[in-house]
Amino acid sequence: MKKINRRSFLAVCGAAAAAGALAACGGSSSSSTAASSSTASSASSTASSVASSASEAANDLSSLSGTVATGGSTSMNSVIEALSEGFAEVAPGVTVSYDPTGSGAGITGAVEQTLDIGLASRALHDDETGVTATTVALDGIAMVVNNENPVSDLSIEQLAQIFKKEVTNWADVGGEDGEIVVIGREAGSGTRDGFESIVGVEDACVYDQELTATGAVISAVASNKLAIGYASLSAVGDTVKTLTVEGVECSEATVLDGTYKVQRPFNFITNDAAELSDAAKAFIDFAVSEDAAELIRLAGAVPLVDAE
Amino acid sequence: MKQQDSASGAIVIRKFQKPHNAAEWLELVMNAIFFLCGILAIGCVALITVYMVISGLPAIGQIGIGEFLLGQEWASTAAEPKFGILPFILSSVYGTLGAIIIGIPIGLLTAVFLSKAAAPKLRTAATSAIELLSGIPSVIFGLLGMQLLVPAVAAVFGRASGACLLSAILVLSIMILPSIVSVSVTALNAVPREYEEGSLALGATDAETWFKVSVPAAKSGIAAGIVLGIGRAVGEAMAVMMVAGNSPNMPGIFKSVTFLTTAIAKEMSYASGLQRQALFSIGLVLFAFIMLINLVLNFFLKGGSNGEK
Repeated sequence: MKKINRRSFLAVCGAAAAAGALAACGGSSSSSTAASSSTASSASSTASSVASSASEAANDLSSLSGTVATGGSTSMNSVIEALSEGFAEVAPGVTVSYDPTGSGAGITGAVEQTLDIGLASRALHDDETGVTATTVALDGIAMVVNNENPVSDLSIEQLAQIFKKEVTNWADVGGEDGEIVVIGREAGSGTRDGFESIVGVEDACVYDQELTATGAVISAVASNKLAIGYASLSAVGDTVKTLTVEGVECSEATVLDGTYKVQRPFNFITNDAAELSDAAKAFIDFAVSEDAAELIRLAGAVPLVDAE
Repeated sequence: MKQQDSASGAIVIRKFQKPHNAAEWLELVMNAIFFLCGILAIGCVALITVYMVISGLPAIGQIGIGEFLLGQEWASTAAEPKFGILPFILSSVYGTLGAIIIGIPIGLLTAVFLSKAAAPKLRTAATSAIELLSGIPSVIFGLLGMQLLVPAVAAVFGRASGACLLSAILVLSIMILPSIVSVSVTALNAVPREYEEGSLALGATDAETWFKVSVPAAKSGIAAGIVLGIGRAVGEAMAVMMVAGNSPNMPGIFKSVTFLTTAIAKEMSYASGLQRQALFSIGLVLFAFIMLINLVLNFFLKGGSNGEK
């Protein structure tokens, strides 16, 4: 009797271990889904408030129907999500699809007319002709260090050297002696992609820590005197010190007037030859309107116009 | 497992022919419900297995199995992506080994103490404390590790950053303790009293009896507890992600590392295309690891019952 009990107990334990291990991987992916859906829902609640103020002006949009196919930059995920939720409030008949394939694919999609609107988190290159870029928002990336760090300004070149580990001591960039701890985001993150492409260190960064959320980067920097990291402008509070880059403070104003260098545009790319559908036109108009400004800001980017 | 299913199936059929009264009807219905629940659980395992294989194989085929398993570089979003998961495999293996090396002595001695030496009151208190430890969510371990352990490791070893393999090992070694302790205590409690009385009668001290008679007699159960601990350590994602640094480096005790689990968890949210498929392939490798661990567990369990005969 005793033997049976023990065997069945251990068997149950074994099953539990397997289930636990599976749940561990399943759990983490589902938690990230939950996180993203919660951002979406917070965006949509603002969307409804914004939409209600805009509803008088936008009455004619409610009769629109059809699908707007967008795709491209993965960094623009949260902005597009917020914009399409907001747009759904004013034009419920229109579905906005989004295919995160990368900025290059977004521009190609607009050139080849497979997409109504291509999304690119960079300016058009000279050889990318026949298409027009409409900037809907700017993405400012703040460089953050610990509050106890005496360094307050770095140049783009110094940033590149630090993130490539060519400079590894704070003393070399005007700080106190101590090894620099480089903290960044995981591969695939829009902020990482943005920072690396602006500073010119694509695929060359050597990170000491790769974290999966802006908040995690900020709290890691806040708890390590020697750390440096990057985060969306909108997410930075006073738990960390925001560096000036080439002497320019990172704020919405400096991002807007272009003096702050670590920034990039979020562009809608449209084909010059193709006639846009009414729904696509309305979506672009909505995205650059004052009604969308708060949605864009909540999604972590800097809107070009401000809602009054 | 199969035996039970066919047995319950037989009961369902037999009772179906002759349900005389309400009690027998209830019995019949309950049997059917239990049977369905059992099928559901088995179905889930089958579904997960099939899904992991189907979604994990394409990327391995595209990348090449050798390059995937033995490649030392992971750069999933680079202009020329590299999908080598050897750093993840080795980090998971080293991390688990480290946790086991620290966890076994502590866990085993705790189990011996709780099963043999502790006063009844203390035993009750300590047992419930360990049960509580096993119930603490892994994110809490991660949080404490991030806030307390990581800075402590940095300070003690004079490192700039404490987010490294060592921190992960320390967190995991605490997390696997409950598995080792509770299964080992059960095994030690099941050692027949006569074995120990015989040893004591021959003049051995208590400690000699525990370590030369009780522990060897319970060794298959203790081994099962250890394998269970290994399973937990290999499968843990959240706590590891919060303390290990997550850079795809080849493992080193003070290096920032990525485990198999954390490689999936950290990149899945924004992954697309081959990167996403490759993450499923990592899942398949992890799944194979867990299966292997369960086979080992079964081996120990069978060995245990044979030994007692």
